[in-house]
Amino acid sequence: MWQIIQSSLPEILWAGIKYTIPIAVISFAIGLVIAAITALVRISIPRGNAVGKALWQVARGFFSFYVWLFRSTPLLVQLFIVFFGLPNVGIQFDAWTAGIVTFSLNTGAYASETIRGAISSLPNSQWEAAYSLGMTYRQVLFLVIFPQALRVALPPLSNSFIGLVKDTSLASSITILEMFMVSQQIASHNYQPLLMYSLVAVVYALFCTVLSILQHYLEKRMSRYVVAQGE
Amino acid sequence: MIKLTNVDKQYTDHHALNQVSVTFPEHQTTVILGPSGAGKSTLLRAINLLERPQAGQLTIGEQTVDFSQPIANKEVLALRRKTAMVFQSWNLFPHLTILQNITAGPIHVLKQDKAAAEAVALKLLKQVGLEETAHRYPGQLSGGQQQRISICRALAMNPEYILFDEPTSALDPEIEAQVLRILQDLAKDQHSMIVVTHNMEFARRVADQIIFVEDGQVAFAGSSTAFFNRPTQRIADFLDAMKF
Repeated sequence: MWQIIQSSLPEILWAGIKYTIPIAVISFAIGLVIAAITALVRISIPRGNAVGKALWQVARGFFSFYVWLFRSTPLLVQLFIVFFGLPNVGIQFDAWTAGIVTFSLNTGAYASETIRGAISSLPNSQWEAAYSLGMTYRQVLFLVIFPQALRVALPPLSNSFIGLVKDTSLASSITILEMFMVSQQIASHNYQPLLMYSLVAVVYALFCTVLSILQHYLEKRMSRYVVAQGE
Repeated sequence: MIKLTNVDKQYTDHHALNQVSVTFPEHQTTVILGPSGAGKSTLLRAINLLERPQAGQLTIGEQTVDFSQPIANKEVLALRRKTAMVFQSWNLFPHLTILQNITAGPIHVLKQDKAAAEAVALKLLKQVGLEETAHRYPGQLSGGQQQRISICRALAMNPEYILFDEPTSALDPEIEAQVLRILQDLAKDQHSMIVVTHNMEFARRVADQIIFVEDGQVAFAGSSTAFFNRPTQRIADFLDAMKF
């Protein structure tokens, strides 16, 4: 048994480093950008002339529909639609791109709700204090609102990221040779499915434990000023 | 000079400002008095454009905006840079240190050099006796200390006017006196200030001009002496009601 583990583990780990982690990290980064834009459009109050307000309502409707769509359908189905379905209408992605696109959009939909909630939880007085200093909307967001919202959003966003790392196993269904698929292939050769799937489970758990430790560290670091309030 | 002309602000069920016209002279302290819900804070916040009245005009210095027309963002920012606001609940940024709170505006809005902005901030902190708090967070300070910091934050912007929205309402009497003394010193230094307060003693001792607001209208605008001489029965009743 030890020999099987010794020979399989490097292959599984390599697949993790080459596919699982990059897919998760890239998709999460893109997903966060999508989430921030979606959340901002959905919480902003449209200003300006009638045309601007109408366009804003259309954008808000679009983003609300997007969030509803991706939260209401299974990730596996989304992967199949993007990779196997879209070529029917002339949109073709290689497996890697299809994986990134789907995971990013899926993460973006969930994380947008997290970010929206985090921003909404901040008192309006923070916006007002920043505006009263003459800051622009962008300055208020990046200097005052996002840093505080990020602290609130960090635990649920970390959960989403850990969930995404595990969900990358679904990428095997669109031919991406990530950790789970590698373990499947090895199991089909050595006829040790229990051992191989247990081994890959341990590797996933290891990755997620490292992320949990990182989350704990980040939470502590970002909450310095809150801890200070109790002193 | 700040001038509000025929300013009107209507909420769904409440006329907060009703054709208000009033002038706030430079280098003077104007105190806005009136019963709760009279429209004092709305009036003050309209000057900083945190409230947008539906009609009327606001003039600060050479710049005038018409509230009945859409106001360009550039104009809003320019007007806000002429005034700085001190809030009732101080509203410091909890994730920034005291020094960062005071320098955020000068560095990011006025585009001042960081070292220069910090030097000014430290000088202001020294003036209010809080230089040792520079690297602490707002949550580590008492309410009175936070309010003094928020005054420093406003002063660091070197505004033409400082607007105080009930700056001592959330403080206990001893701390209130400390903060009011700072306001008194600012008044002596000829800062242009507009102060919404319920503190009659402060109004009597510091105000050059008093505006009495009731039901969204200016019921009195004149000198402090004239106000405390009870020019109308309503003001006499108000002053009597404020006595313990």
